Amino acid sequence: MTLEHAEAAATSIAPDAGETSRRLLLTLFGSPTATLGVILIVLLLLAALFAPLIAPYDPIAQDIAQRLLPPSATHWLGTDGFGRDVLSRLIFGTRPSLTLLALVVVTSLPIGLVVGIGAGFSGGWVERVLMRFTDIVMAFPQLVLALAFVAMLGPGLINSALALTITGWPAYARQARTETAAIRQSDFLAAAQMAGITGPRLLFGHVLPLVLPGAIIRVALDLGGIILNAAALGFLGLGVQPPTPEWGTMVSDGTKVIFDQWWIAAAPGAAILIASLAFNLLADGLRDILDPRRE
Amino acid sequence: MSSSTLPRNATRRPLGRRVVDSTRGFAVWFGTFVLTLFGLLVVTFALGLTSAADPALHRVGDHASEAVYQAARHDFGLDQPIPVRFGQYVWGILHGDLGASWSNSRPIASDLARVFPATVELSIVAIIFGAVIGVGLGLASALKPRGAIDNILRLVSLVGYSVPIFWLGLLMLLVFYAILHWAVGPGRLDDIVQYSITWHTGFALIDTLIAGDWDSFRDAVAHLVLPAAVLAFYAIAGISRLTRAALFAELGKDYVTAARAKGATQRQIVLGQAFPNVAGVVVTIVALSFTVLLEGAILTETVFAWPGLGRYLTSAIFVADMPAILGATLVIGTSFVTVNAIADLLTRSLDPRLRT
Repeated sequence: MTLEHAEAAATSIAPDAGETSRRLLLTLFGSPTATLGVILIVLLLLAALFAPLIAPYDPIAQDIAQRLLPPSATHWLGTDGFGRDVLSRLIFGTRPSLTLLALVVVTSLPIGLVVGIGAGFSGGWVERVLMRFTDIVMAFPQLVLALAFVAMLGPGLINSALALTITGWPAYARQARTETAAIRQSDFLAAAQMAGITGPRLLFGHVLPLVLPGAIIRVALDLGGIILNAAALGFLGLGVQPPTPEWGTMVSDGTKVIFDQWWIAAAPGAAILIASLAFNLLADGLRDILDPRRE
Repeated sequence: MSSSTLPRNATRRPLGRRVVDSTRGFAVWFGTFVLTLFGLLVVTFALGLTSAADPALHRVGDHASEAVYQAARHDFGLDQPIPVRFGQYVWGILHGDLGASWSNSRPIASDLARVFPATVELSIVAIIFGAVIGVGLGLASALKPRGAIDNILRLVSLVGYSVPIFWLGLLMLLVFYAILHWAVGPGRLDDIVQYSITWHTGFALIDTLIAGDWDSFRDAVAHLVLPAAVLAFYAIAGISRLTRAALFAELGKDYVTAARAKGATQRQIVLGQAFPNVAGVVVTIVALSFTVLLEGAILTETVFAWPGLGRYLTSAIFVADMPAILGATLVIGTSFVTVNAIADLLTRSLDPRLRT
């Protein structure tokens, strides 16, 4: 068998990841909940991208004469204790939330994949040590450690993202390990190895593409929760620092006047709910599609 | 339909073999548990090390001379190598020493011991509400798949997974306390009760009953209802959804098809056969939800001014009381890890396939 033959054989035996994703997308838009989720996510992304164009006011411009106004035609969601327009702050508030979400995903997913693929492919004691470590981190309380981490190292977007990453990766590692272990003995990997493909090229070129779709779906299930944890950090004053608008911080600001000017806390809380719901709707649709037992 | 058609203990292994297996399984479980707790200690210790906050500087202040500062460092053992300091840290914790709070100079361990029962009381009441309603919803939706309750459950669990619990708590206070006057305000007891009650167990519900003081008991219940309901809602989402999933998986099995062919109704199948078979799974689901609830309690206590571990932690965060933050993190983390380990042990003992 020549090299070219082995390469060709490896390609033809390998399950086609591209085809799977295409079918997945088609089925996804057949699910009304997932479609609604995707629409909401797109709206949030647009709001974040074009915030300066959409927002009616400057989100940090204070106007003490206009403070604590109820919702009206000029200020649709009223104004806060510094006379800032709540709607404009909500629109700009998409930015830290989505940035943090993106930061957590692009850091925790690679860590999980490296640990999981490494463990699943090596087997033996490497696998045992890595997975025992994964289990230990997975048993940690995510929100509590995130709070402690940010409280000790200082508030802010980067530290919040780091804190959520440190406890967030184990689920992806477990998933990647299971899938890697399942294909470790498969013919197409044997064919690839016969063709002389080994080491990183084998892991990243042949194993990773097959493990990635499952891992991405596993990430999707967590996105709503990450939004909530980020908002909780903000609520406790550990997120992005004022005057940058952040939803959790805005709820916290509104707490002081909740019985008189309830809309100041209600509006950003509703924004957190909608953002988290959007990702959970998407995840719900994905779960339905992937569940082989679905009716 | 007799229970003899159920797949129970299809193959019985010899008793001696089972005991050896379960002893080994228990040893592995216990080893993981101890390792996890040790990992938690490493994390809190490392957080204390990397923090910009310097206990010696905090004690002597900015204007102290270098000699005074160095003496304080020596006092705290900060001049020792890191492994020695870790050893001292673990040694202190094993002896119930979590250091002194920066804000009130009291020993953190005794403050945490004082607030611990409040959190236990709140979360136990919440998990009871959550388990009863959550399992009930799961059962009801399995009785009529795609029916009204099934759809409501889907909505409730989606919203439950997505709602920021601190905001939900605020809205509940606004609606039921400020607007409708149905509930009492934040806190655990009215001031007058707070200072007249004799604490024995630390549980307000039990101690007021011991005293035979019905008015105080009613006050304790009134304060508990709203935060417990908010926390319970948090747990219901997970419990109902997972119970439903477990039941639906069970309903797809062959013995259910056989029962249906013999004319059993959905109610007979769900309540008489499927539910008893997944009862073990449901216990695990509830135990795991309890860990989720412990984290939810941190925010709920903060909103409702509930004097428990969670509010202790967030109050310490607000005033940057570093040793108190680490102490509270360790205690909440240890509770979390313990409940998690118990849930894991339950899963192993209830599902023979997972025994190692």
